[in-house]
Amino acid sequence: MTILIIYVVIFIAAFYIVKAVSSMSKSREDFTSLKTVTFGDESAVTPNRAASIISVFAIFAIWAAFTGSKLIPFHVPGPFIGELSFTYTAVNSLGEKDDADVRISVYDVQTGEIPEKIDIELGSGFALNDTAQIIAWRSALIKVKKNDVGGKDKKYKIITINGEPISPSSELFIDDARIYMTAKGTLSLTPYKGWQMQPIWLPSPEAVWSRLIKVSSEGYKNFSLFEHLGWSLLRVIVGFVAGALIGIPLGYAMGLSGWFRGWFDPIVEFMRPVPPLALIPLVIIWFGIGEQGKIILLFLASLWIMTISARAGVSGVNIAKIHAAYSLGASKWQIMRLVIVPNSLPEIFTGARVSMGVCWGTVVAAELVAAQKGAGMMIINASKFQMTDLVIMGIVLIGVIGYAIDILMRIAENYLVPWKGK
Amino acid sequence: MKGLSIENISMRFDLKNGSSVQALKDVSLDIEEGQIITVLGPSGCGKTTLLNIVAGFLAPTEGKVVLNDQIVLGPGAERGMVFQQGALFEWMNVQENVAFGPRMKGMPKAEQNKKVKHLLGVVGLADFEDKAVYELSGGMQQRVALARCLANDPDVILMDEPLGALDALTREKMQGLVLKLWKETGKTILLITHSVEEAILLGERLLVLAPRPGRIHKEYKLPFAEMGVNMDLRDVKKSDGYTETRDEILSIIWEMEEEIMGRTDDN
Ligand SMILES: Nc1ncnc2c1ncn2[C@@H]1O[C@H](COP(=O)(O)OP(=O)(O)OP(=O)(O)O)[C@@H](O)[C@H]1O
Ligand SMILES: [Mg+2]
Repeated sequence: MTILIIYVVIFIAAFYIVKAVSSMSKSREDFTSLKTVTFGDESAVTPNRAASIISVFAIFAIWAAFTGSKLIPFHVPGPFIGELSFTYTAVNSLGEKDDADVRISVYDVQTGEIPEKIDIELGSGFALNDTAQIIAWRSALIKVKKNDVGGKDKKYKIITINGEPISPSSELFIDDARIYMTAKGTLSLTPYKGWQMQPIWLPSPEAVWSRLIKVSSEGYKNFSLFEHLGWSLLRVIVGFVAGALIGIPLGYAMGLSGWFRGWFDPIVEFMRPVPPLALIPLVIIWFGIGEQGKIILLFLASLWIMTISARAGVSGVNIAKIHAAYSLGASKWQIMRLVIVPNSLPEIFTGARVSMGVCWGTVVAAELVAAQKGAGMMIINASKFQMTDLVIMGIVLIGVIGYAIDILMRIAENYLVPWKGK
Repeated sequence: MKGLSIENISMRFDLKNGSSVQALKDVSLDIEEGQIITVLGPSGCGKTTLLNIVAGFLAPTEGKVVLNDQIVLGPGAERGMVFQQGALFEWMNVQENVAFGPRMKGMPKAEQNKKVKHLLGVVGLADFEDKAVYELSGGMQQRVALARCLANDPDVILMDEPLGALDALTREKMQGLVLKLWKETGKTILLITHSVEEAILLGERLLVLAPRPGRIHKEYKLPFAEMGVNMDLRDVKKSDGYTETRDEILSIIWEMEEEIMGRTDDN
């Protein structure tokens, strides 16, 4: 919630700052800047590059600030680390009172250094001094009565902490910690947690980065990082190519022949709304968890998309083009090759882009369920061992690769079908 | 016998809801080789249908089309088409578009190139061979469409509102080009238009179709096309008889349009 508010504040602040800065250095007078009607004019809305850059930085800054990253100088307050102490007063079964000191060291497990036990003297009287160690972000029961003389007695009670009275099922605050007395009279101490995330929830950017370095040099679970990602990518490509090889001719056939359209329409229309993820269980039952099942799943994921886009590409041909080609003496085969196929390419490319995206998502999901290698397997396995840094690294890589695939497809599209949308 | 003859053509579209539209009724027309004929008529009177039948894209419910003693049974290279727009192949450049017909005939590459170069020169697009068609203006695209049609050396050129999508000035220039090509190539041309002026300027013979059912209402024999070959079209418009013919045809068309309106009002 706090994070959301901070994010919105950054969003608004950045908007006004960029606006102020750019109005100072206003020099470019292009056509759009002369338009008076821009609200609702889609062509007048171009993505503000400054906004994109700030947006990415804002996410990193918030991430770093809330994880205590060393990459940026400012952070939200972290958890308390160091030594705490308090004094309690107990009363024994005879009604006598005595004080004792408790010293607690709070340490961070991430650093790997476990502090030495604090040396204390037990002190005098029946209430004896105690010591304990607590890991930051956790709470712990402090059994102060345990070493006290007569501490096991039912009537032995702790009545104040640092002079403030406390009773069972209530809490009070000392410096940097909260103390809660359970119903049975045991103290539970929670050091101040701060606002930062625990690494197990969200590791800092540099932790993710160092995990990336480590995994890319050492690999993970018998396979190198390159192999994990490469296998996922290979499955996607094989599945997609297989889907396209069957789907495109099928789509053409459906666009050109009433029999094919009638025959396959119910199948395609039925299969299209079934998300490929829903097929995973069936594919596992039929083909097991090996490569075959995954590739068949991806094949099915891309097949319908490619079929439908090829069919749309054929139906979308302007009849004037077909007529013109016939009047120029083209045969059916020539019309197929020189008019229908090229005319359908833009649609097929759109389908291919969608299909690659769906396949990439599906492969990760399939690997989450069952796989020995692959990007999805890597993150699901890491999550079992609570290696959140590896999980985040995997998610980022999956996103980056998916984005890269789309960019490559778009470049190929611009190169191969330059007439698209003209 | 050389030439194109349209013999007693009727065309009825049976609609899915059981009713039917009589698009053409008993249309007959004899066109000699080398004539240029324009067809005019209110919207929906069956002009496109007539052209599609001649082109062979539609089979008439009655009657037949005969070209050079051969009955038309389907589309063919001897009848070239020029469409209003959108019939060029965007995935081919100008050169490939124009060379399409010759290529289908299996003409050698070198010969194709020569032909394309010549025709692009004729339509005023020399040096545009390598341009993509979507980079051309509407007028240029129609020039390419004309060149593509001519490259196939058809006996008859059928045009369905070829200049309909162009602005007035470009249109005027293109009208001049059509006349020039007609005279130079000696092709038979059947041209459909919505513009009365265009029909008068380009038509050696001008047919006015009447709607519902589509039939030939009136035919004019006009001298203006012949004049326009050597003269500026603006001057042709100032010549004797032009204004009278235009006003007469306009009033015929107006009457028909009004009748259609009246009929739809009754419904
Ligand atoms: N495929 C079709 N199915 C049913 N009716 C049709 C079909 N094609 C044309 N028609 C009908 O035939 C009539 C003539 O149509 P056509 O397209 O030939 O008119 P047109 O004179 O070319 O009109 P416009 O000037 O608007 O292009 C119209 O009433 C139209 O509704
Ligand atoms: Mg029409």
